[in-house]
Amino acid sequence: MPNVMIRVKDDGNLLFYIAKKDQEDEIASVEKDTEDEWGGEVELTDGSKYYIDPISPRPSFPTTLRFKRAD
Amino acid sequence: MSELTREETEALIQEVLEVYPENAQKDRAKHLAVNDQSVEQSKKCITSNRKSLPGVMTIRGCAYAGSKGVVWGPVKDMIHVSHGPVGCGQYSRAGRRNYYVGTTGVNTFGTMNFTSDFQEKDIVFGGDKKLAKIMNEIDQLFPLNKGVTIQSECPIGLIGDDIEAVAKKATKEMEKPVVPVRCEGFRGVSQSLGHHIANDSIRDWVLSNRDGDESFESTPYDVSIIGDYNIGGDAWSSRTLLEEMGLRVIAQWSGDGTLAEMENTPKAKLNLLHCYRSMNYVSRHMEEKYGIPWMEYNFFGPTKIEESLRKIASFFDEKIQQGAERVIEKYRPEFEAVIAKYRPRLEGKRVMLYVGGLRPRHVIGAYEDLGMEVVGTGYEFAHNDDYDRTIKEMGNATLIYDDVTGYEFEEFVKKVKPDLIGSGIKEKYIFQKMGIPFRQMHSWDYSGPYHGYDGFAIFARDMDMTLNNPCWGKLQAPWLKSEEEPEAAAAGA
Repeated sequence: MPNVMIRVKDDGNLLFYIAKKDQEDEIASVEKDTEDEWGGEVELTDGSKYYIDPISPRPSFPTTLRFKRAD
Repeated sequence: MSELTREETEALIQEVLEVYPENAQKDRAKHLAVNDQSVEQSKKCITSNRKSLPGVMTIRGCAYAGSKGVVWGPVKDMIHVSHGPVGCGQYSRAGRRNYYVGTTGVNTFGTMNFTSDFQEKDIVFGGDKKLAKIMNEIDQLFPLNKGVTIQSECPIGLIGDDIEAVAKKATKEMEKPVVPVRCEGFRGVSQSLGHHIANDSIRDWVLSNRDGDESFESTPYDVSIIGDYNIGGDAWSSRTLLEEMGLRVIAQWSGDGTLAEMENTPKAKLNLLHCYRSMNYVSRHMEEKYGIPWMEYNFFGPTKIEESLRKIASFFDEKIQQGAERVIEKYRPEFEAVIAKYRPRLEGKRVMLYVGGLRPRHVIGAYEDLGMEVVGTGYEFAHNDDYDRTIKEMGNATLIYDDVTGYEFEEFVKKVKPDLIGSGIKEKYIFQKMGIPFRQMHSWDYSGPYHGYDGFAIFARDMDMTLNNPCWGKLQAPWLKSEEEPEAAAAGA
């Protein structure tokens, strides 16, 4: 269950940053990404997947969230 | 020697790896790569931030070096106690040339060494009492200190001292921030974790100290310089440019920086991050907590400075944007004169770098401005995101090496035959004895500053001074020179 900081990159994409591992990756896709809901399964550009219960309303980034590893 | 092709470079890596035992070979192969600009993610071609192999000569430092030496050390009006045996602090004392203004020993303490000087009995019975006593002594002897940090050395973690408790008690007694930093040297694989730990300690013990205190009047043009350690005056030559374009620099982290500046940083409108590797953590935190955007900039060489100034200005209004153009125009004759003078002397020379932090990618632009080419680069303690950024800066088929060992670096140099090497003091004399011009790129070889337009002039002069030094043609003793090839030893001249 890593703590992940998500911030908006210059090009508008979301950056997924795991402080503990110093891992920085872009988010490729999010299962639920609407005005009033954000979350579900999150896939990174390197292919790894994480899960978070959908948050509503959509959080404002940057923010720190707690994800689960989804395999 | 002419350019290496991709296949030749790959063959070179294979050749160098051959001497290792099988397991080591497998491990080291992951850290050496041929640059391919089409790769988007560096982790596909290079592994970084892994433990060095036992038995190889690594050039890395430790977590204590990352915290005391890099992040906390330059904060000039605080006293940084090297908590543990005396050596760690003494042998690293004042080596980094992070300049500051102040009277050392009275209101600034940058070049001094404070240590708890652990003895056997402190290891056996614990050093907390001694530490508490030191806090009192410090406050009596140096009443103008603005705070104290406790930089743990290895034994503190090993014997399990509770420095946090001492710090909390001392904070109350002294009415100054006392920051315990758990940067024991054995943590992590390199100094990189020390940076992270130091950043976290700033976040937890310093940054929120003045929340709710509105006595500091901020302006819409407040920025802070983060991750510039003022080596040889770097932060000063960067600061003048920012101020000339109309911005107000309210904090320098941490070269020539003070505790008050750090506490006031949350009032800034933009955090300018120079050394991404060592200070990105706290910038991220400030973005999340205080909503301060941050951006990386690069003040090495006119091309990159121009880009960076425009990018910085784009965060502000028209006035600053005009200011940026004005600054660029003002210095144009200056840097054009520098390039006109040195470029013909340096054109086409090939450089290999092996440093840490931001320089393996940031100085490439400065060399290119002088017509030189960087043919190999590598980091001591970078992570994947650093290599992501580096791949785009480097030419195709150039060498990239992570945590290169002494042996590998030497072999690469023998084969690639660069005209100049930029690395640290440990590498300097090996390569100079091999007859290759060398500049220390950690401390600018006792020169500097290299940042900003003023710094570029010094940078160009230094590179010329080293490369075109007549001594490189005189390395071979006259009686050893054969009649046919009198210039055999001339490597760089």
